[in-house]
Amino acid sequence: MTYQFDFSPLLTYWPELAAGMVQTLRISCIAMVAGLVLGIALTALRMSPSRPLRWLAVSYIELVRNTPFLVQIFFIFFGLPALGLRFDATQAAVLAMSLNCSAYAAEIVRGGVQAVPKGQVEAGRALGLGTADIYRFIVFRPAIRAIYPSLCSQFVLLMLNSSLVAAISAEELTYAAQMIDNRTFRSFEIFAVVGLLYLALSQCLSLVLAAIGRAYFSYPSK
Amino acid sequence: MIREFGFPELLFVLEGARWTILLSALAFVCGGALGLAVALARTARSRALRWGATVYIQIFQGTPLLIQLFFVFFGLPLLGLQLNVWLAVTIGLALHASGYLGEIWRGGIQAVPAGQVEAARALGLGYRSAMIDVVLPQALRISLPATVGFLVNLVKGTALAALLGLTEATRAGQLMSNITFEPLRVYSAVGLVYFAICLPLTLWSARLERRLLRRG
Repeated sequence: MTYQFDFSPLLTYWPELAAGMVQTLRISCIAMVAGLVLGIALTALRMSPSRPLRWLAVSYIELVRNTPFLVQIFFIFFGLPALGLRFDATQAAVLAMSLNCSAYAAEIVRGGVQAVPKGQVEAGRALGLGTADIYRFIVFRPAIRAIYPSLCSQFVLLMLNSSLVAAISAEELTYAAQMIDNRTFRSFEIFAVVGLLYLALSQCLSLVLAAIGRAYFSYPSK
Repeated sequence: MIREFGFPELLFVLEGARWTILLSALAFVCGGALGLAVALARTARSRALRWGATVYIQIFQGTPLLIQLFFVFFGLPLLGLQLNVWLAVTIGLALHASGYLGEIWRGGIQAVPAGQVEAARALGLGYRSAMIDVVLPQALRISLPATVGFLVNLVKGTALAALLGLTEATRAGQLMSNITFEPLRVYSAVGLVYFAICLPLTLWSARLERRLLRRG
């Protein structure tokens, strides 16, 4: 069997693909920020003196990390309306991505916080810094710096995982690909090209995140 | 007639979970064999091999698993490769796993002190024997926590087979949700089934990591 490659439908649908890429980046960026903030909050909960709060944070983190993202999306989009929480597809997608990201971010942030030596906190206290300042300057900044690379790869994974929200018809790159596939039946060409588009997105995202890291977290030069 | 989400329906999801486990195991074994080749190529002396393995890893780590599966399932048949859904999903997941496992084991191989390889060479061992008898056993021990951690990701990744119509746990859940109209309970149950499979693996991975850290 010979198959004639034809990439021309992809040119016809170029605006849809471009819009899909923008939308993928948009929902991913929102989820990254929301996920990181929630993740830091979860870490704080996890280190709180109250045992029920700690237990709550750990259960949430482990529940999210040990179930498939697709099931989480279905749970939020199809399951939660039964409790009166209704979202449209894009809202559900962003919510699922943020909640998913928060658990992984929390696990990464905890690793960073634990890596800060106790002596440094004690030194800060000895210098008369308050608890807030100790957290800000001595714990979180170095912690974020230490975990920044893992956080970046988690963000890239989140962007790649955003393809799953096409399953609830949230519009992004994979959804656009499926739509074009349904109209043209050029599956080979479409999924090959969309794969390359995702590859380009993930490479660009890593580069941008690395640049941000260099700008904000490099040690001051002597 | 609308059914309730009761024991028979739960049983259907559990039967789906059997395929989840089988699919994970198949993908892990096939992906592991391929991943070992990738890791060896990535640490080979030949520059072309190293470069090829790097590109391979970049492709599978830089694109979504869903697109990889769509490509194998919808794209390859157009070239004349007739794949049923089981074969397509297994191939897709195995390729995906080989990219990640290759990179994890590459790290393990490079973490083995260079002196070990030099000592093996000095003892007159060839590449094959130095790898099999000296480097790989140590490398695999170093990368065992990450390997088990990836296995958890792979089990979760098999859920995507549902989108291609393979009736594993997630697809079984979709079907039950469609006939019971109780998505909240159904997807909670499905989530718990995955949780029951993945949590022991996660805990095992964490324990292995602690043990490795203690040994230094």
